[in-house]
Amino acid sequence: MQTLKDAGIGQTVKVKRLHGEGAVKRRIMDMGITKGVEVHIRKVAPLGDPIEVTVRGYELSLRKADSEMIEIE
Amino acid sequence: MSIKIALAGNPNSGKTTLFNALTGSNQFVGNWPGVTVEKKEGKIKGHSSRDDEVVLVDLPGIYSLSPYTLEEVVSRNFLLDEKPNAIINIIDGSNLERNLYLTTQLVELGIPVIAAVNMMDIVRKNGDKLDTQKLSKELGCEVIEISALKGEGINDLIERAIGVAKSGKRMVAQHSFDGSVEHALAHIEEAVLHDMPENEQRFLAIKLFERDEKVIERLNLDSKIISHIETDIKSCEDELDDDSESIITSERYTYIASIIGSCYTKRNRGKLTVTDKIDKIVTNRWLALPIFAIVMIIVYYVSVTTVGTWATDWANDGLFGEGWHLFGIGSSEYDDAASEYAENKIFLPEIKKALEDANKAGITGADELLTTVKEKDFGAFEEAYGSYGEELAVKENGKYDIAPMLPLDEDGGFADAPDPSEYGVWVPGIPVLAEKGLTAINCADWLQGLILDGIVGGVGAVLGFVPQMLVLFIFLAFLESCGYMARIAFIMDRIFRKFGLSGKSFIPMLIGSGCGVPGIMASRTIENERDRRMTIMTTTFIPCGAKLPIIALISAALFNGTWWVAPSAYFLGIAAIIISGIILKKTKMFAGDPAPFVMELPAYHLPTIGNILRSMWERASSFIKKAGTIILLSSIVIWAGSCFGIVDGIFTFSSDMEIEDSILGIVGNAICWIFTPLGFGNIKAAIATIMGLVAKEEVVGVFGVLDFEGMTRLAGYAFLAFNLLCAPCFAAIGAIRREMNSPKWTAFAIAYQCVFAYAVSLMIYQIGNALTGSLNIIGLIAAILVAAFMLYMLVKPCKSADKLKIKAKA
Repeated sequence: MQTLKDAGIGQTVKVKRLHGEGAVKRRIMDMGITKGVEVHIRKVAPLGDPIEVTVRGYELSLRKADSEMIEIE
Repeated sequence: MSIKIALAGNPNSGKTTLFNALTGSNQFVGNWPGVTVEKKEGKIKGHSSRDDEVVLVDLPGIYSLSPYTLEEVVSRNFLLDEKPNAIINIIDGSNLERNLYLTTQLVELGIPVIAAVNMMDIVRKNGDKLDTQKLSKELGCEVIEISALKGEGINDLIERAIGVAKSGKRMVAQHSFDGSVEHALAHIEEAVLHDMPENEQRFLAIKLFERDEKVIERLNLDSKIISHIETDIKSCEDELDDDSESIITSERYTYIASIIGSCYTKRNRGKLTVTDKIDKIVTNRWLALPIFAIVMIIVYYVSVTTVGTWATDWANDGLFGEGWHLFGIGSSEYDDAASEYAENKIFLPEIKKALEDANKAGITGADELLTTVKEKDFGAFEEAYGSYGEELAVKENGKYDIAPMLPLDEDGGFADAPDPSEYGVWVPGIPVLAEKGLTAINCADWLQGLILDGIVGGVGAVLGFVPQMLVLFIFLAFLESCGYMARIAFIMDRIFRKFGLSGKSFIPMLIGSGCGVPGIMASRTIENERDRRMTIMTTTFIPCGAKLPIIALISAALFNGTWWVAPSAYFLGIAAIIISGIILKKTKMFAGDPAPFVMELPAYHLPTIGNILRSMWERASSFIKKAGTIILLSSIVIWAGSCFGIVDGIFTFSSDMEIEDSILGIVGNAICWIFTPLGFGNIKAAIATIMGLVAKEEVVGVFGVLDFEGMTRLAGYAFLAFNLLCAPCFAAIGAIRREMNSPKWTAFAIAYQCVFAYAVSLMIYQIGNALTGSLNIIGLIAAILVAAFMLYMLVKPCKSADKLKIKAKA
């Protein structure tokens, strides 16, 4: 399974589905990362975590551990 | 008729600016009951007279109405329970897609909604176009273009919002979900909600479909009905191959994407925005940390060391002290006169010689006095002589006493020294004025004491911190509203989340090294309640400015001013934060699902001066109001404890009561056994610790240098460690009370700090004693048990983190 964590900086990927449950998953979806949306991986924070992505026209940061929940095509 | 309107919207959508524009100065800032989330209310401008009052309630900035974050639950409950007459939904026009996501949820509540699309000036400048009429038709509510910053469209918005609120027309959401979802929703409405008010049914049905625990609890459904609707949800989930929450969320975004294409035309896609350009540098992999360090140094330098210190000194020594020179007129003349006086009378070769000899003989404080003589600083000399003069006078039969060489008067002051009030424009401090006034009306001694030392002193303790706070709050407001604060969290998250803190916890701790009170107040920038509570509890472990004299005293009296004492105090503070973070994270009070760190990095923009000043004032005034009472009351109690006492068996009042005879002394005597296992079970140390609650520097006042005779170095260090880590001063406790917004949490924080301080001191004293050969078996066993427990808590696996991993991998 390919997840958002595996995607490299500068790549634009399409979300296939979200795994997990509860608060973190809901929050990720509320922020606009849902099935079929395109996510552009922008950069990694200076200490290697979290990452910054562009989704639905704005900038979002999330931890690598959480980005593992996002399956990409 | 009084109308209530709720203001809802995403964070960073300009909600605060709009709220300020709508309500003007008519605001009330408080907290939502029982939680640390701020609540703001205001009366709309031009509609604040009694018969046509319109109250605007500012909801917390939220992205959704999910049951998972405190802000969202608070907002939801308000909308469902208080049923405002209308909702103004502010939408960031330059970030339409995500902002409309909340709108699709708000319109389902049945409450009339009016959408205010903000930042339209920016949208137009970018060459983008928004068809508001079309959007209004799609959403089923009125849509108005505004610019909160420039005040465009505000009046129109008010009038229409009031119109909508008065009409009382039920809001009907226009969007619909997939056929099978609608089918399930219809079933749920029929099975569970048919006797609820019609306008609330849609919202509740969707929430039940999402298996929202808070709504299930609220409706008090029995398990039979739940399992009945569960089959509907399940079959829908099977059909769409996803869980119900994801289905609803995806459908909302799909719907938004479908309407946005027809309403919104974006001109230049792909071009770098200003924010992109700034972030290329500010969150750059290599430059981010150096830039962060520079920003922090500036914040620290201005708000703690330079402007902050001037402000605090003025408030404490000027306004609530002797007095000050208005606009500095006369202060340079006074300084000249003082130097001249000192040059002729004090900084004489023989005094310098005596001090050099005393320093060679290792007399405590001689070193510091000598420095002031060398630097020709009269003020510093006066202060140092006050602390160490007695020491010089009595050591080695007065061999190094410099008192005979000094021009002292009968009271021990410097005779004929220039008086600052005789130069320039001198404004006497409040205590001086109050004393004059009270003496003039022949006020009784005890009453004068109560007013001067109890009340004026107490008020001074509250207000003394305010000027420095104002300086800091300006910085905080600026960093927050320009967008850099979110970047701080982004940059620092990796380090701080290990200790259960947020990347934003850095600022409270940095400021806490100057003064814990603004440090604690700075924790308000942390969104997550758990991170915020953890930050509030641990910020005061960092040695603040007032703890420095304690460190200096112990270092000078017991360690001959060895270099490592002061750094070790800071190290102790940082270690206390890290250990507490790791331990507390695993306790019941902080356990549970880890907070998601999924955070927007908002576009940078220049905040307005008005908004910054308002935010500054809101924070400062809430400190004065909420923390002030605690500080004032406790100052009075301590004052009374030190002035009333039993002398020769008679209960008496005296403003210069020997501390051992006072009530405070009696209490100290009664509790000092508690500190015996820590090595400082004597009455003075107990009193000093109590006095430390008034202000940490008071510890030094109680504890002259001479009192350390016979105390071992270990005991001294244990005393230092305890006083650095235990409950902070009343002002900081008041700030903790204000920010926790809960007596239970305040008590927990204070109790934790005291227990932790006790445990650390115990370990230092007992284990240290065992290592140096003066073993105490019972003490050592106790210390080892404490150490073992701490170690166990540190290495014990964190349950909630494991759960998350399993969830993520499942």
